[in-house]
Amino acid sequence: MIRYRSYLLTFLSAFIVLGSWEIAGRIPVSYSFPTFVETITAFWVLLLDGTMFVAYGETLKPLVVGVLISAFLGIGIGLTIGLSKKFDWLLSPVFVVMQTAPLAALIPLLVMIYGIGLTSKVFVVCIMAMPVIVLNTSGAVRNTPASIIEMGQAFLGTKRDIILKIILPAASPIIFAGLRLGVSAGFIGAILAELKITPTGVGDIISYSRSIADYPSMYAAIMSIILLAVIFLNVLERIENFLFKGTRQGYASE
Amino acid sequence: MSNNTNDIDNAVTVSNVYKNYGDVEALRDLSLDFPRGQLTSLLGPSGCGKTTLLKIIAGLLPADSGEITVNSQPVTGPGPDRAFVFQDFALLPWATVMRNVAFGLELRGVNQSEREAIAEKYIGDVGLKGFENSYPHELSGGMRQRVGLARALSVDAQVLLMDEPFSAVDEQTRRKFQEDLLNLVKNENKTFIFVTHSIEEAVYVSDQVAILLPRPSRVSEIIRPEGFRHKDATSIRRDSEYLDIVDRIWASLRTYVE
Repeated sequence: MIRYRSYLLTFLSAFIVLGSWEIAGRIPVSYSFPTFVETITAFWVLLLDGTMFVAYGETLKPLVVGVLISAFLGIGIGLTIGLSKKFDWLLSPVFVVMQTAPLAALIPLLVMIYGIGLTSKVFVVCIMAMPVIVLNTSGAVRNTPASIIEMGQAFLGTKRDIILKIILPAASPIIFAGLRLGVSAGFIGAILAELKITPTGVGDIISYSRSIADYPSMYAAIMSIILLAVIFLNVLERIENFLFKGTRQGYASE
Repeated sequence: MSNNTNDIDNAVTVSNVYKNYGDVEALRDLSLDFPRGQLTSLLGPSGCGKTTLLKIIAGLLPADSGEITVNSQPVTGPGPDRAFVFQDFALLPWATVMRNVAFGLELRGVNQSEREAIAEKYIGDVGLKGFENSYPHELSGGMRQRVGLARALSVDAQVLLMDEPFSAVDEQTRRKFQEDLLNLVKNENKTFIFVTHSIEEAVYVSDQVAILLPRPSRVSEIIRPEGFRHKDATSIRRDSEYLDIVDRIWASLRTYVE
């Protein structure tokens, strides 16, 4: 019953948002703002003629590589920072700076160093995704309740046992929250890279359709990336629920 | 009331222990013996360093100087001869009752079927049969502490260290726990060190009550409530010696309560 009602509410919320979009597009609010129906039509056209698939083949490369690097390196660095005061002082400022730096302004610098290829784009994705993963992980590790760590020591756990069996599971909900935020930031980074460095993939559809005033296609491309991000975040949440059955406390992103 | 320690077999001895936190002197020249097979309470007002002393015995905190021995072996860290029961239970929220109780054995590398068989027995002993697959958040405070107790019992250490184990459970449960503890002391051949701030609780459960006075902590008095130990659990609370000792301890502690 509750499940049924939550689906109903989700549907209702989508209906309100998309409905207002349609109405705003019909008024029209601006010449460059297409209606929802136009956008979804353009979306199908892009999907059916294969443009979308070719574009994602290009966009997913820096995205997947960047997100994977950020996730593994980010959680690793986050753990190190969380477990050691020395590394906290050494590394935390780097990621705080990374998180607050105006990335768009730094892209020309990255291009000068790494060129216009995949490397620069991966870097942009990493700069967007990594700080939040690192900072969440280190914060979560540091906030592990002192008493369960003490319990591990009292019952003769080794340093390794305490990290793997106590600290990591205790920190996992917040690590995964950071991972979700990092992944969404990574999606933004991937598109930003394609708009700012060289127009390829989905970024190319966006900038090309804007230049020829094909606004429905442009919005269709933006919508597709949002859709993909939401699907991916849901998958991530399922993985988390599967891995840590006891700790699920309900993070809604459906 | 003081006893001659030479003819008593002590499981744990603490001699001339000092401990400072920065500028604050927590323990000064503290010496205390814990007779084998008995329950000794550390009783005192808050801030008197009783938990600090317990953690030093557990090997969780280093003493600045002085010596602690367990079975005549000096303590350098946590050991298999001691098990700890925590005030806030310290259960793993993501683990079932079974895994929590078996966790001490898991950390010692006992294989799964063996440790679960042992845990099963102690889950039954503390009265949690049927809750093996529940998670801590599904249990009441009293039941959670039973899990903590079962975990400490299952590693079969000779010395059980209990840090205000009943302070986070409600009054009725607490009374039941105290009665159960008396049976535990009688039936298990273990040495219990029990931290509490409740005078009644200390006198009720202890073979020996060490009264600590604060800032810095030292042992001011050792009381052995022996007269009513043979009585059954329910009539102790009406025993006149019990009531006298409770009164006497309160008289000596009241000046230290703000």
